[in-house]
Amino acid sequence: MFERPASDAAMITILVDGRPVAARDGDSVAAALLAAGLAITRTTPVGGAPRGPYCMMGACFDCLAVIDGVASRQACLTTVREGMRVERQEGARDLVATSAGP
Amino acid sequence: MSDTREFDLIIVGTGPAGMAAAIAARRHGLSVLALDEQAAPGGQIWRAIEANAARSKTLDADYAAGLATVHSFRSSGAEALFGASVWNVDTDGSVIWSRDGVAASANGKRVLLATGAIERAMPIAGWQLPGVLTVGAAQILLKTSGLRPKGRVWLAGQGPLLRLYAAQAIAAGGALAGVIDLQPVTTTRAAFHHLPAALSRWRDLLKGLRWKAAVRHAGVPWLAATAIAAHGDGRLSEVHITTRAGERREPADLLLLHDGVVPSVQISRALGLAHDWHAAQRCWHPRIDAAGRTSEERILIAGDGAGIAGALAAVEAGTIAGLAVAQDLGRVDAAACVDEIAGASRRRAAYVGMRPLLDALFPPLPVRPADDTIICRCEEVTAGRLREAAKLGCLGPNQLKTYSRCGMGPCQGRNCGLAVSEIIAEARGVPVEEVGYLRQRFPTKPVTLGELAAMWERK
Amino acid sequence: MTDVVVIGGGLHGLSAALQLARRGKRVTILERRYVGRHSSTATAAGVRRLGRDPREIALSVVAMEMWHGMAGIVGDDCGFHAGGQIRVAETTADLAKNERRANETRAAGWTHEELIDRAELRRVVPSIAPHCLGAIISRADGAADPFRAVTMWRRACEAAGVEIRENAGVVALEPRARGWRVVTPVGAIDGEFVVNAAGAWARDIAALAGETIACGVKASMMIATERLPPFLAATVGATGRPLSFKQTAEGTVLIGGGHQGRNDPATESSVVDFRNLATAARIATELFPHMTGVRILRCWTGIEAQTADDIPVIGPSVAAPGLFHSFGYSGHGFQLFPAVGVALAELIVRGATNLPIAAFAADRLTTPAGE
Repeated sequence: MFERPASDAAMITILVDGRPVAARDGDSVAAALLAAGLAITRTTPVGGAPRGPYCMMGACFDCLAVIDGVASRQACLTTVREGMRVERQEGARDLVATSAGP
Repeated sequence: MSDTREFDLIIVGTGPAGMAAAIAARRHGLSVLALDEQAAPGGQIWRAIEANAARSKTLDADYAAGLATVHSFRSSGAEALFGASVWNVDTDGSVIWSRDGVAASANGKRVLLATGAIERAMPIAGWQLPGVLTVGAAQILLKTSGLRPKGRVWLAGQGPLLRLYAAQAIAAGGALAGVIDLQPVTTTRAAFHHLPAALSRWRDLLKGLRWKAAVRHAGVPWLAATAIAAHGDGRLSEVHITTRAGERREPADLLLLHDGVVPSVQISRALGLAHDWHAAQRCWHPRIDAAGRTSEERILIAGDGAGIAGALAAVEAGTIAGLAVAQDLGRVDAAACVDEIAGASRRRAAYVGMRPLLDALFPPLPVRPADDTIICRCEEVTAGRLREAAKLGCLGPNQLKTYSRCGMGPCQGRNCGLAVSEIIAEARGVPVEEVGYLRQRFPTKPVTLGELAAMWERK
Repeated sequence: MTDVVVIGGGLHGLSAALQLARRGKRVTILERRYVGRHSSTATAAGVRRLGRDPREIALSVVAMEMWHGMAGIVGDDCGFHAGGQIRVAETTADLAKNERRANETRAAGWTHEELIDRAELRRVVPSIAPHCLGAIISRADGAADPFRAVTMWRRACEAAGVEIRENAGVVALEPRARGWRVVTPVGAIDGEFVVNAAGAWARDIAALAGETIACGVKASMMIATERLPPFLAATVGATGRPLSFKQTAEGTVLIGGGHQGRNDPATESSVVDFRNLATAARIATELFPHMTGVRILRCWTGIEAQTADDIPVIGPSVAAPGLFHSFGYSGHGFQLFPAVGVALAELIVRGATNLPIAAFAADRLTTPAGE
């Protein structure tokens, strides 16, 4: 899908559904996922269909994911940090997810 | 939330228009608060420009031109908050936003909406599949994360951005499987009577031709097609292309769609401002005067959010609006600004003068999706469902709520809005402007119950 | 010339129209915008007898019978789900208030309101905050889908031969030898009887007929959240503070309670007041703590009629013969609409009704001509 030319940019590691994925410091979560060839962040609450980043600017709300335990976060508006946990949001967001906060 | 801070001017959006307005207003001593949802200024067109400059990656001259504006903005003395999602604006000048999970508000004597543009939705079969993104999204990925296309990557749609991104991607060392041009050929001839008005910007006209040539030179197939569809099981795997020679099926792992950009009107609509239908661009524009003033005394609009005219026109419009606010608040005489406004207006008119030619060369694609194509992505409502509703007597997008949940999901119609209006208009056999647009309401971005509950609580 | 002109294409207008058409009358509905434009689609759609003004209870009980048999009336249940309606007691004062209420309604002969203790409350609403002490419940109450109701009642009206004209606002009412001429900018229609079901504008319609009825407006706000997995079947209120809280079939949560925004009936516009709405959000998160991080997708406020005594105007006009009123539901008209339609149809067709609407007579709010 996408590739990143070699550079001396700082790289960090995030966890995507438990698996380590390399990300560039400053990437949005969505960019990091796409760079790793991962196009799916959630399944829809309506029909259970897989969805992922589409507009990359916060307008489509398709890139919702559970990030550091908080559900319905827009992956394209969230910047990666070392050790960040990104999980696929399955259907309607989990009620047990923690309350708002970064 | 204790005292609410007061500003002369609150600006929503730090793209070209927002930054230019801040710079102009600050020059006359106005207190300015600028809010942007992104992590840094530049809007979409100059996205990540500071970070890229630091890495010596400025893509091309147009992009690099934004750096000067960003530097002036950073040193203007405007207070800027990033990661701030504005979700309420009141006609009395109060603005509410959420940032890091906390909602806050401020009052402005004037509020300038500089929210820019969003991609026009291009609803094709399978556009909701993972692996289908917009060309704008790919451009953002290139600018913010240095990602270039690799593998079986197809571009489809129409418009200058299609050509520009293809050229940028190739220049960055990316690979494209092909560009699928859905633009009907006949429009080019019809466009030529707009040429004279656009000639003052002849360099920009030549750019478009150069981009296409660069793509051809790189050996990327450029196909004329009448329809495309995305296919795959849970993820994009194939693109079906309908050309005059027949149908082609091509493997694909990334499909990038583009059908032009349209003004982002969520806030202007939620404010209840009047909007007019623009027949050539097939979208609504908020009604403003030459300086960007609206029917609400405290609200102004500048840039692509008032009508697509590009980054450079947006800079001029932002400057004019900033000066108008300074005048309206009595901080500078009209006489002192006359020359500056005249200059900005003249330059803006030259950029705007290109629009009729561009609109004629790159008209939006007709909206005629098959019945089983999803239109409302959030609630998974198909074109067939909308046509059925129109047949049952549904007059417009707002009445649709009695037939389906179209427009009631998280994006609140941002993506499907125009397509919904077009589909209902066509089904009813009436002009789109008669059908109207989905009613927008505040909050224009989601806010949590906890954030709202905590506002105005005594700490 | 038709038999009945119904002014207002909301649920009360549709209800009257359907019952009249099924009793053999020719009916035309005149709707200024589109069917269901205002209150009928801004409502929280609670279907409750619980907590009603004593003057409304009898009518509400009749209506509830109809809700439980809705499929037999319009061929669809309109999304009605009898998950129960509850008012939670958060303090001992609330407990006492609930007890007084339960005693009063039982003494009046009604059995639908029942006191429940902390354990039973927790069983019915597992996610309720720990500080809640008990509740008063009406178990066979619930909530419905207002959009579905509008669609199904409209379809039933059309199937029964009701003519529906949209974009047809009424600008004049002229008495005729027999009945009324009802004038719109796109034409006039003569009808022997007129039903005024024009909601927040019903007062203006009455004035066109020369009748002055006191009626104001309210702008109750609602919140709709993103979809959540199912966690609540009942509709929950609080005895001590304003709240209505329910989860829809789609999983979204609707929060109301009568917190007021601003509206302007003349321009048919309304604006949410977030300062007031913050109170609704706070009460909701205090009663349902797990909701704190849930996202609000949409807020709205409608334009509803509000009478001085908080109960509607139902029945014949006192000043204008052949004119019948059905408006002023003050934020609790949704559950009543099926029954009121029957009452009006009986009044018009038979000249009388056995349904309990005497308390809603127009004369209590009408100013006689000349005063």
